[in-house]
Amino acid sequence: MTEQTSEHTEDSVRADVRAWLKDNWDPALGLVEWRLKLCDSGWGAPHWPKEWYGRGLPVKFNTVVDEEFARIGAVGVAKAGIRTLAAATILAHGTDFHKQKFLKRILTGEDTWCQLFSEPGSGSDMAGAVTRADKQGNKWIINGQKVWTTSAHKAQWGLLLARANWDVAKHKGLAYFILDMKQPGVQVHPLKQMNYHASFNQVFFTDAVVEPEMMVCDVGDGWTVATTTLMHERRGADGLRTWAQATNRQGRIYDEERAEIATTMAPYTWYPQRAGRVDLVMKRAEETGKINDPVIRQEIAKLLCMSKSSEWTARRARAAQNLGRPQGPEGSLGKLASSHVARQAARVHTYLTGSDALLSGKDSPMDGVIAEILVSVPATSIAGGTDEIQRNIISERVLKMPKEPSVDTNKPFKDVPRNIVSS
Amino acid sequence: MRFSFSNEQEEFRSSVRRALEARSPTTEVRKQMATEAGFDREGWKKLNQELGLTAIHIPEAYDGAGFGFGELGIVLEEMGRNLLCAPFFSTAVLATTAILNAGTDEQKKALLPKIAAGEITATLAFSEDSGLNDAASVAMTATPSGAGWKLDGAKSFVLDGQTADLIVVLARKPGSKGEDGLSFFTVDAKAAGLGRTPLKTMDETRKMARLTFKGVDAKLLGAEGGAAAPFAKTMQQIIVCLANEMVGGAERLREDALEYVKMRMQFGRSIASFQTTKNKAADMLVDVEMAKSAAYYAAAALDENDDDLPAVASLAKATAAEAYLQTAIHAVQMHGGIGFTWDNDTHLWFKRAKSSEILFGDANHHRELMMKNWKH
Ligand SMILES: Cc1cc2nc3c(=O)[nH]c(=O)nc-3n(C[C@H](O)[C@H](O)[C@H](O)COP(=O)(O)OP(=O)(O)OC[C@H]3O[C@@H](n4cnc5c(N)ncnc54)[C@H](O)[C@@H]3O)c2cc1C
Repeated sequence: MTEQTSEHTEDSVRADVRAWLKDNWDPALGLVEWRLKLCDSGWGAPHWPKEWYGRGLPVKFNTVVDEEFARIGAVGVAKAGIRTLAAATILAHGTDFHKQKFLKRILTGEDTWCQLFSEPGSGSDMAGAVTRADKQGNKWIINGQKVWTTSAHKAQWGLLLARANWDVAKHKGLAYFILDMKQPGVQVHPLKQMNYHASFNQVFFTDAVVEPEMMVCDVGDGWTVATTTLMHERRGADGLRTWAQATNRQGRIYDEERAEIATTMAPYTWYPQRAGRVDLVMKRAEETGKINDPVIRQEIAKLLCMSKSSEWTARRARAAQNLGRPQGPEGSLGKLASSHVARQAARVHTYLTGSDALLSGKDSPMDGVIAEILVSVPATSIAGGTDEIQRNIISERVLKMPKEPSVDTNKPFKDVPRNIVSS
Repeated sequence: MRFSFSNEQEEFRSSVRRALEARSPTTEVRKQMATEAGFDREGWKKLNQELGLTAIHIPEAYDGAGFGFGELGIVLEEMGRNLLCAPFFSTAVLATTAILNAGTDEQKKALLPKIAAGEITATLAFSEDSGLNDAASVAMTATPSGAGWKLDGAKSFVLDGQTADLIVVLARKPGSKGEDGLSFFTVDAKAAGLGRTPLKTMDETRKMARLTFKGVDAKLLGAEGGAAAPFAKTMQQIIVCLANEMVGGAERLREDALEYVKMRMQFGRSIASFQTTKNKAADMLVDVEMAKSAAYYAAAALDENDDDLPAVASLAKATAAEAYLQTAIHAVQMHGGIGFTWDNDTHLWFKRAKSSEILFGDANHHRELMMKNWKH
């Protein structure tokens, strides 16, 4: 076992954070005011580098720190939403200017972000983006369209993948920018989903402007940077990413946190339902008396086998990562496993609910929650990369099986056949 | 047993399909499903009278066309395919089969010609708040009152219950239990003491209501206390009819998904050229064709009054339930993100698949019934 940092132990970190909280935690502070203290001390993101609001601690100590915060009800930094993906991407690839300008405001929750990757013509094939970035003077001018952009209607900043060179192969001509969403050239239209929510959007660019310093990498490296963002997104699908939950504690900071969570989480209220709400299954089984039905017991048991083993697989991956070991195959399976769990959960909820599952909204069980599960679960196997794409990744990258012959990476992108998408 | 449709039947199918395609594109479905009634009364009356849809399986003696479940199944399959918003299932399947199975000749003469002519819509109310589909769960009571009866209690999940002109109700003698003491009644939708509350349905193309009865005047339909057998027969016919409607919807989903993947390109090629897409498309074809065979077989069994019937009816419903749902899941998946949006039509059928899976008992329920009734 290789210990990277010798001077820290679980006990020493616990003692340090406890002492710091004792001296500093004050629920009468404003939310941003408190989080600025977290940034200065590094306790908001202890695994980040010391020079960028962290303490340079191994990530395994985060649980200890979280426990100490939870013990006294101290509020943490803003962790929900696309902003975490922005932070990870900027930490890995951003310039000092980006880190200076954005990281703090990500932690304080002052800025909301969105991810401008998918397009009408390029979803699974995200590297097939055709949104144009053209250089005029020293600025970049953006034209085109993105789609499925979660939170775009709330975001100040967008992570943008766009094509800057059409004469090279698909993956080589992409650039990665940070785009100011609040400008005349950016238009956001909500897109209604089959579950009645509208958490994603279409985003149209008409001569939107990106200042030169907002480019994250050189033309050609855009795909590499996007891969970092996607890796963090898919890892989040294993269910270990923090889900912002409001407390009912009293005090100014809690009021502000509740307000923040209500706003940031608004597009995501249905996300627990899309994952299948395994947490409700035993309660519903008792309530409906179906717990005694031998057929349904089998289905519940199958679901619990799947959800427990997938949770433990994620924990195994996390534990190995904490020990600094190279990632094993267990780290790539969470996203696909979560689709299986969600589908089986929808099946079980249908069985448990019987004829009441025909109804929705206020007429249906739990004020519509069960109905929302049934019409939200199909998103799990699509969002963040489809099940089919996950299988391709597992077979080609983890199992090293031969890739399908490629028809589009060996020629200039302008010559690749594609659907004509009108907007 | 009949294993193919006659030329006349195929022609009939084509004419129904053409009419429904013209009258009920998804723009129309979306418009109707957003209304409380869920259909356009005048439009439906016209379409029904032109094609004689509600008359199909009503015997000629009651001014019907005298066809069987084979033909009724064709109409239902086409309606499932088209997602027609109309009170056809409630009127022509639920109420009509109950009247045919339970009513006296005189009652049939009084009620069926109006249904055949499309003058009235009707439904059957049997489930109550428990949502169960068996006779034993009926709690609503019927007490004699003068020359007629009074009904007290509540019915729920009543298809088109908020708009039906005539409601056939299953109720019991106070104090009776299980299959005893059950009778069918007919109730005029305008009767005093009848409350009708529309329910919010997950599948907006299939409207339901909860009905409350407080001393509502009712007429006995058929023999007093003798509804158990005709109800059981009605249930068998209903689920076979639903299975036929379901396979129509499943086939439409399958075809639309196939058309989409053939057109969509990713990675410089058609997504239909990926083996995983082909495997899904092939599996969907197998599922849907199997379910069609079961639904057609069960309809033919009804026409021939086959001995294996109760089991075969449940087999058809359980098979259709799994096939439709799995086809719907694949269809959304094959569309990718667009399949999860409101503006894409896939979710309309996805929700219909889900509601059909549950309606009148899910696949587990029917597999169990099938095993109970299996003869060899
Ligand atoms: C709820 C939700 C939230 C989302 N949020 C965001 C967001 O914030 N930002 C963002 O950029 N995107 C977002 N997305 C978009 C999502 O990433 C895409 O929908 C997804 O990657 C699929 O792309 P597509 O929709 O274009 O489908 P397509 O790529 O057209 O896929 C259609 C079908 O073809 C299959 N297929 C495609 N390629 C292959 C292959 N090589 N081998 C086998 N099968 C293949 C797919 O698996 C799928 O079944 C979101 C989607 C959903 C549903």
